[in-house]
Amino acid sequence: MSVTVGTTVRVLQMDPPGHHRTPRFVRGKEGVVVGLAGRMPDAERLAYGGRGPDQPVWRVRFRQTTLWPDYVGDPRDTVVLDLYEHWLEPRR
Amino acid sequence: MQRIHDVGGLPAGPVDRSPHDYAPWEKKVDAIMRLMIGADLFTLDEMRRTIEELGPGAYEELSYYQRWIQAAANLALEKGLVTPSELGRAIEAAKARHAEAAACP
Repeated sequence: MSVTVGTTVRVLQMDPPGHHRTPRFVRGKEGVVVGLAGRMPDAERLAYGGRGPDQPVWRVRFRQTTLWPDYVGDPRDTVVLDLYEHWLEPRR
Repeated sequence: MQRIHDVGGLPAGPVDRSPHDYAPWEKKVDAIMRLMIGADLFTLDEMRRTIEELGPGAYEELSYYQRWIQAAANLALEKGLVTPSELGRAIEAAKARHAEAAACP
């Protein structure tokens, strides 16, 4: 299955050396794709002087309670992050 | 491993929101960076990567624009735009100019 709007995705739980744009607090967490931010130059290649094809960047919505076990705000609170597709694993 | 720049969600003190002026050298660093990126000498992404590579000690000790100029110097070396000895001579010459200016009454 591929990633599209409405897909539940899990952010890959990995910790490679080098430059990437996926913050630690969201890795391994599940969220729902709510839009396409665009097809963007790949920051992971740009960071080393390369270019390569543009990559889809998805807007992914996460529940705050998913990200922070001790979250004390409204359980309906969410946060949206723009994430490169190569960090996302479609789940359902 | 927690990378030094990846601080989202970590405990932190209050944010200092008071406005502050930039020193002339900080404005110069900003201008140099924009010019180097504009001239396609390197990308903003390479800058970020190089700042992240400064390592925990330097990253914490250096101020914002000190990190920038350190990263710009490292990138310029990496890309062969300047050699270490050329950079060393330029830094010593700048120090001498600074000392001379400070000695002027």
